[in-house]
Amino acid sequence: MTRKRRRLYFVVLGLLAVGTAAALVLSALRQDIVFFFSPSEIVEAKVPTEGRRIRLGGLVEQGSVVKDGASVKFRVTDGAHVVPVVYAGLLPDLFREGQGVVTEGKLGKDGVFQAAEVLAKHDENYMPKEVADSLKKSGHWQDEKKVDKP
Amino acid sequence: MESLSSFFAMGGYAGYVWPSYGLAFVLMVAVLVTSARGVKTAERELEQMQSLRPGRRRRAQQAASVTEVPET
Amino acid sequence: MHRFANPARFLRLSALIQPWAAAIAVACLAGGLYFALFASPADYQQGETVRIMYIHVPSAWMGLFCYTAMAVFSAMALIWKHPLADLMARASAPVGAAFTFICLVTGALWGKPMWGTWWVWDARLTSMLILLFLYLGYMALADAFDDPERGQKAAAILALVGVVNVPIIKWSVDWWNTLHQPASVVKMGGPSIDSTMMVPLILMAVGFKAYWVLVLILRTRAEIAAAKVRTLRMAQIHAAGQVEQA
Repeated sequence: MTRKRRRLYFVVLGLLAVGTAAALVLSALRQDIVFFFSPSEIVEAKVPTEGRRIRLGGLVEQGSVVKDGASVKFRVTDGAHVVPVVYAGLLPDLFREGQGVVTEGKLGKDGVFQAAEVLAKHDENYMPKEVADSLKKSGHWQDEKKVDKP
Repeated sequence: MESLSSFFAMGGYAGYVWPSYGLAFVLMVAVLVTSARGVKTAERELEQMQSLRPGRRRRAQQAASVTEVPET
Repeated sequence: MHRFANPARFLRLSALIQPWAAAIAVACLAGGLYFALFASPADYQQGETVRIMYIHVPSAWMGLFCYTAMAVFSAMALIWKHPLADLMARASAPVGAAFTFICLVTGALWGKPMWGTWWVWDARLTSMLILLFLYLGYMALADAFDDPERGQKAAAILALVGVVNVPIIKWSVDWWNTLHQPASVVKMGGPSIDSTMMVPLILMAVGFKAYWVLVLILRTRAEIAAAKVRTLRMAQIHAAGQVEQA
């Protein structure tokens, strides 16, 4: 085995070792790296919610946004379950019904999520307004957008 | 004139769009200029060193080329 | 492999490529800016802020690309002792760091109006910040030793270890749920960006790549000249020592 060959194996083995270590660490920390929980995870109590500040993410349900004085009520859905949210504060420009949203706050005893912060999450589709309109008109619009997997 | 000001307004997002383009421009020009200057100073220094010792020039080049030959 | 290891051959080749890289960079960036700012539509959801994408996304690609190039050059330097590879890895780092920084700042400028926040610690944003730190660490380490060869070796190992971060960044949006949206261009089933927006995106991306080639050539030339000056100095000191002994 030449020295060059030995160094090559050394580098390849080193990369494999580092890659494996990273994969192990990341899969062990899986729950901590996740940015938000879905309504299903929260409703089915798969995550500890009591008194803890957590993030809830999903789509703002169509027709669920109600402005009530300074606060706003809406429901977050992932297609399977729905969590009602109350929030008093400034909404981001992209916040709208049918769009993704991530809210941070605490789940009340009554099952209503008291949000302290609301962030909008947009999808990966980019198009001019005319294209979006004509897609909707021709019926090719996918209204049920892909919901984030839990 | 109105279209020009609406262009600069960026639909109300001027404060976000223009700084993005400005930062990219400034940083890219800065990296390019420092790199071009670096070449100039380094190559000038090399030329000076080589011309200062015309008698030994060949030897110096040989010395320099030693590093260029890959040892295996 | 060693056919390209020769600095003299590199200098000849780079003299040919350099004007072309400069011309392609200028043409693509000028065309890209025209389409990005004038001749492309606003997004149906995000309005005019979508124009930040034409800086943000190509910068992110460059951040990943330059790092991958740096890791490949570092591997070539470690394995084959390729004398130019170290210099080219070094030359690539500041460009990658600059683009990663641009990506992070333009991302914040885009996130504030659209998401409602400058920054969140989600997997995509955090791994991109780590990439910037890897670049800074590489550059610091490469210059940290009195003996440039030792510094270079340590930096090359760091570059190789850090390369695990590249796939993590790319697939972070698929492996974990994040605030950042999934990929729009490089993904299964074709891009989900309208073709009118694809034109400026691709033009800017090609322009950035040509810019990288240009800067890489300039910086490698500087490194080659500096290395020659170093060896000449060593020869001088050596010769002076011999005279003194005699």
